[in-house]
Order: sequence, then structure tokens, then C-alpha cells
Amino acid sequence: MAELNTGDGGGGKGGKVRSKKQNSKVDLTAMVDLAFLLITFFMLTTTLSKPQSMDLTLPDKEKDPTVKNDIKVDENRTMTLLLGENGKLVRYVGMLEKPLAAPKDFTYGKDGIRKELIDRMTKVIAYSTAKGKPKDGMIVIIKPSKKSTYRNLVDVLDEMAIVGVNATGSYAIVPEFTPEEQKLLEVKK
Amino acid sequence: MAKIKMKKKSTSTDMTAMCDVAFLLLTFFILTATAKVPEVLPVDTPQSTVQTKLPATDLSTLTIGKVDGKTAVFFDLKGRDVRKKALELMAQKYNMEFSAEDTEKFALMESFGVPIQNLKSILDMKSADRNKAKQPGIPKDSLDNQLKDWVLYSRKANIEINDKELQFAIKGDAKEQFPEIKQVMDILQDQKINSFNLVTGLRGKNF
Repeated sequence: MAELNTGDGGGGKGGKVRSKKQNSKVDLTAMVDLAFLLITFFMLTTTLSKPQSMDLTLPDKEKDPTVKNDIKVDENRTMTLLLGENGKLVRYVGMLEKPLAAPKDFTYGKDGIRKELIDRMTKVIAYSTAKGKPKDGMIVIIKPSKKSTYRNLVDVLDEMAIVGVNATGSYAIVPEFTPEEQKLLEVKK
Repeated sequence: MAKIKMKKKSTSTDMTAMCDVAFLLLTFFILTATAKVPEVLPVDTPQSTVQTKLPATDLSTLTIGKVDGKTAVFFDLKGRDVRKKALELMAQKYNMEFSAEDTEKFALMESFGVPIQNLKSILDMKSADRNKAKQPGIPKDSLDNQLKDWVLYSRKANIEINDKELQFAIKGDAKEQFPEIKQVMDILQDQKINSFNLVTGLRGKNF
């Protein structure tokens, strides 16, 4: 072991020859200080946790846009969310010509669209159960406009994940706008 | 009267155990950690409550952000061998020559956003200078769609080296408008990559 004399710098008074007691203890304080400094450094400079991510699966792209394979969907099960500029969010239920719930503005977050989503989802499931198909859940159509931001899209996708739309129904991102829908986003600024 | 003897207490504690623990932790951190590379294109990712983690390997990240007010896409690929192979394939496609030294530099580099014709000048820089150099983003318009080729050849390189399909992550700036994101998604979808990850930050529980 290492041997080190500590704290006997001013000894040897009187000129007596004395056999010094060897102190076998090493002062580790400085070493511990250094070790913790390095630990802190490594903890701060390294990325221990990988960044989070959100899975997104899109349907296959249609090669030929003229080919239309329209799948008929029950209008009672659909809900359309239009994402506009500056965090504008409009939702309507069913078809726009004769909506089951008129277009209305919502905000993002738990007090806004989430309540509506949960509310609508229970209604849809009740409707499907009444029809004898309890597995048919809600279908959400997300329509991000050209002026909407990536944050808006991720926010809505996050709502989908929180509400659990995928468990029973599904959602789709459709960036196609009819003139009527465009109007809905433009009015009432 | 009995003498009360004050016991002399030693002020120095035994640091041996503490030192042991500290060094054990230090060793752990050094061995497990990978150095954090500075981001070439800093972006403010949107937040979500989803807690899936990004894979550490077989991953390519497409960063979408603003450089001088214009949208730019930066490309990043994980794995040194995959990067080398991807560069080799890209060099073939664009009739470029990269020396062994350049390839080595490319393998160690972080994400980049220059047309392949200018890649050499970026490789010659020091890594600190690369972040300062205004990289204009990888061309992705219909006339010169290098992003598409990077995606394609990285996939090929990854299959050749790791025998796995490459995964793609999109790291977009929250303020980026949807059409810009859509354009990148379309490039991926044109190659039948219909599933990808969106990089997000962590959001508080009470959102």
C-alpha cells in the first residue's frame, strides 16, 4: 500500500531524534472530488437516453391518381379535423353537405378536442354496437392545410394516441381540401 | 472528583468506500456513454406523450429545419460501415471521387446538408467549422433530387452491411409548415417506405 505522511510538517521541535509514527492513511478527499467531477462531466455530455419518437404508418401511395378505389364508410363513424393557420382546428362529423355535427372550432389539448374525441368515440361505439358491429370504431380524417405547422400535426397525432383511436377505429392523414373546407378555415379569423 | 476526559474526535472520514463508488460510477458512465455530437441543424421538435424510443442502429434521420429562412433537409445515417458504403454508392451514381481519407471522415461525421458536389469541401473542414458553415440542405426538388438517392442508396448499403431494412426518422421543426414535411414524406413514400418515426420531445403528463 502507498504510504504517505500527512500533517506533520511542523514537527521535530527540540532537535530530538524521534522515530516518526508512519501514517498509513491516504487523504482521499481530492481523489473523490476529482472522480465526482468527472462523473458529472460524463453524465452531462453524454446522451444516455435516446430521443423519443412517434410511429407513423401511412397507407400505400396510389400510383395512378385516376384510379379510384372508393371505400364506402359509414358517415356516422367519421370525424374530420381540419388543421388551419395559427392553431386553428375545425371539426365536423359526417359529410360536410349535411353534417351530423356542424363544423365548430376547437382548441388543442385536454380541454378542447380531446373531450370531443372521447365523447364522439363513445357515441360511435354505441352506434356500432346497436348495429351489431361493436368492433367498428371511429374513423378520424385529419386534414392538415398548407398553412398548418408540423406541430399541429404532431399534436393531433398525439391526441389520437392519447384517446386510443387506433384501438377500435383508425385515423388517416388526407391533405386534400374541397373548396368548402377551405372556406371553413378562412372565415372567422 | 472524577476527571471528565473529552474524547478527541477525528475530523477526517474514511473516504475509501466513497472513492470506490465514485470510480465505479465513473467507469460505468465512460463505458456506456457515447459522446453527444453537436447538432448541425438545431431544431425545436414538437412534443408528444408517446414514449417509444428511437432505435440506435439501422436508422437514418432526416432533419427538417430552417437555414436562413429557407427550409433545408439534413441527412444522417447511423453506423460507420453503412455510411462508407452509402457514400461509395452515391459517388458512383454522381460520378464523384472520394479518397479513402474522405470516406473515413464521412463515416465519422454527423449529419450534413450539402449537395454531393460540395460534400468534399465540408469533409475538409474541422468538425467545429462544419456547424458554422451555412449548409444549404440537400437538394430535393424534381430537377435534382439528391435526397431521394441518399435515401435509396443508404437503404441498399444498410441491407448489404447489416442485412436489415433501414428505418427512417423525421425530425422536423415544430414551426415548419406541413407541405415541407409532406414533401419529405412523399420522397419516402415513393420508395414504399410507409412507416417511419417522428422525433418528438417529451410532454408533461397534464397536457
